[in-house]
Amino acid sequence: MNAPLRDALHAPVRDPLHAPVRDPMVPVPFRIEKVRRDLSDTFTMELVPEAGGEFAFQPGQFNMLYVFGVGEVPISISGDPADRSVLVHTTRAVGQVTEALDALKPGDSLGVRGPFGTSWPVESAFGHDLVFVAGGVGLAPLRPAIYQAMANRQRFGRVIVLYGARTPEDILYKKELERWRGRFDLDVLVTVDRATGKWGGNVGVVTNLIARGGFDPLNTTSFVCGPEVMMRYAAQALEKKGVDTGRIWVSVERNMKCGCGLCGHCQWGPHFTCKDGPVFRYDRVADLFQIREL
Amino acid sequence: MAQPNSKSTTPYLLDMDGLAALISALRRQGRQIVGPRLADDAVIYDDIETAADLPAGWGSEQAGGHYRLKRRDDNAVFGYGLAPQGWKRQLYPPRQKLFAARRQAGGFTVEPPPPPAPPLALIGVRACELAAIARQAKVFGDRAFADPGYQTRLSSAFIVAVQCAEAQATCFCASMGTGPEVTAGFDIKLTEVFVQKHHGFVAEAGSAQGAKLLKALKAPAAGPAEIKAAGVAVKNAARQNKHLDAEAARNLVAHPDHPRWDKVAERCLSCGNCTMVCPTCFCTTVEDVTDLKGDNAERWRKWDSCFTMDFSYIHGGAVRTETRSRYRQWITHKLSTWVDQFGEQGCVGCGRCVTWCPVGIDITEEAAAITGQERI
Repeated sequence: MNAPLRDALHAPVRDPLHAPVRDPMVPVPFRIEKVRRDLSDTFTMELVPEAGGEFAFQPGQFNMLYVFGVGEVPISISGDPADRSVLVHTTRAVGQVTEALDALKPGDSLGVRGPFGTSWPVESAFGHDLVFVAGGVGLAPLRPAIYQAMANRQRFGRVIVLYGARTPEDILYKKELERWRGRFDLDVLVTVDRATGKWGGNVGVVTNLIARGGFDPLNTTSFVCGPEVMMRYAAQALEKKGVDTGRIWVSVERNMKCGCGLCGHCQWGPHFTCKDGPVFRYDRVADLFQIREL
Repeated sequence: MAQPNSKSTTPYLLDMDGLAALISALRRQGRQIVGPRLADDAVIYDDIETAADLPAGWGSEQAGGHYRLKRRDDNAVFGYGLAPQGWKRQLYPPRQKLFAARRQAGGFTVEPPPPPAPPLALIGVRACELAAIARQAKVFGDRAFADPGYQTRLSSAFIVAVQCAEAQATCFCASMGTGPEVTAGFDIKLTEVFVQKHHGFVAEAGSAQGAKLLKALKAPAAGPAEIKAAGVAVKNAARQNKHLDAEAARNLVAHPDHPRWDKVAERCLSCGNCTMVCPTCFCTTVEDVTDLKGDNAERWRKWDSCFTMDFSYIHGGAVRTETRSRYRQWITHKLSTWVDQFGEQGCVGCGRCVTWCPVGIDITEEAAAITGQERI
């Protein structure tokens, strides 16, 4: 760049001729080690880099997953951040690329770009009660934070997982939820919108579970992930309970083509959801939730 | 903005031969020369061979939804106003290959994009366009994730800026503080002047390589009459009928439910022309292609527009289904939220979105109406 223009930018621009930057748009091949079917349309894959090495990430971050010749989708990471040997993604097949992902088998390859985005600030909740509120497949982006919280269990007051699914058949990570519920240091409450079969548990929206309390509102941090409307009501319910809106965090979904602030698709008001989010502090975005078609 | 490299040397005076020699010298450096030329009933920025390709004697008449070429009564080569599209066509091409992937036993390999084409020389960059380049450079460079292709193309480009001598009816760079005076970001700055029927270019260097090149041309120093004429030209260009209250427009974000959004949506065709001609609009989508056997795949990046339904699509449907939401997104980003993102507004006042809107929607009128300063 010619010098005056560089100065006009007021910003240090890395000189690509001398210090090449890694192209954030080029994926790295990973191999599928394992695939587990969670629900009829939801599956969890374990991936390892083909070239070897580890994958480090923060809970709440996402990757762009590339299916050869088909396309790319942003999928949050659902594994344990303490285990860098394997990359775990839980995906619901709802579109062309996610259905193509669903068709891949162990031994197949896919491309990975990332990790991208902000993370659940687990450490900021040290000393607090920590309340996870999840809806549907929204439990997947929260799971790394739950793992991290459990690895530091003595740092928190109560740790509570409130989870809502459409029907008992839609409950994600069912076995794991049952295991967690068996622990003395973790409260797990599950509700379904519609009871089927032998379901004898809670029926109703997840906000009902918030209303029941069981945490100290003045000393609580909450991480909320699910459909946008569910997050809005959950945040309002937490606020009504007395939880400071600055201690509520949400994870927002928008169209993403690049994952790194270059393509413009994920803009939500002043934010690039991919790099200013997906995890936002609720009080900073509460107004945006109220604007239709933003 | 101050010129960090300016040693305030006396400007040179180039004649048409001098300009031709400048272009030849840049070509000898192995550069791809891009400048204004006549094509498709317009003056566009495209590859040029020599100074003879410049649109001598051609001007344009621009207004809301209106562009016509017109003959000038002089031989000015930079008297055409603005081309339909700015330099993002060259610096951030409409289609770029991101990578190629090749299927092989048990997986696939990824090949990064080919190295960029020869370095560019951009001839005829206006003040507003320099501002637009600087704004895009911030989007693509000043981030945790930079676009290496853009950085390479811009950092290796040689920029010959040309100061405007007159404004189009659609120009409002003076309102946005981006022109018409060229102050920074160039290698050589030209101002086209006519002094006693003598056609020439007052030439100043803005970088070391610009100074070296000008010196090698062995042109005479510009005289007081030419320097004065250059000053008059820029003053003329600063007389603009269109204005935008940039400060007030920053507040657009505070009016998401203004009734004017519905009014403008009645006119807006959601065609995306404004985003294609805007020199700062940077949104892109991607396209995956494979060969018939499915062994070779490529991923391409293409310019995209926030006016398409597909742009905001997530599982369950598009976020912005209505034209009002899409127009609101475009203008609010341009004048308001761009400031939150990059510290300045995304509009440089070039007026292209006004000229090339098929129904003549005027960003300055809409901003004024929504922020409560409608002019009669």
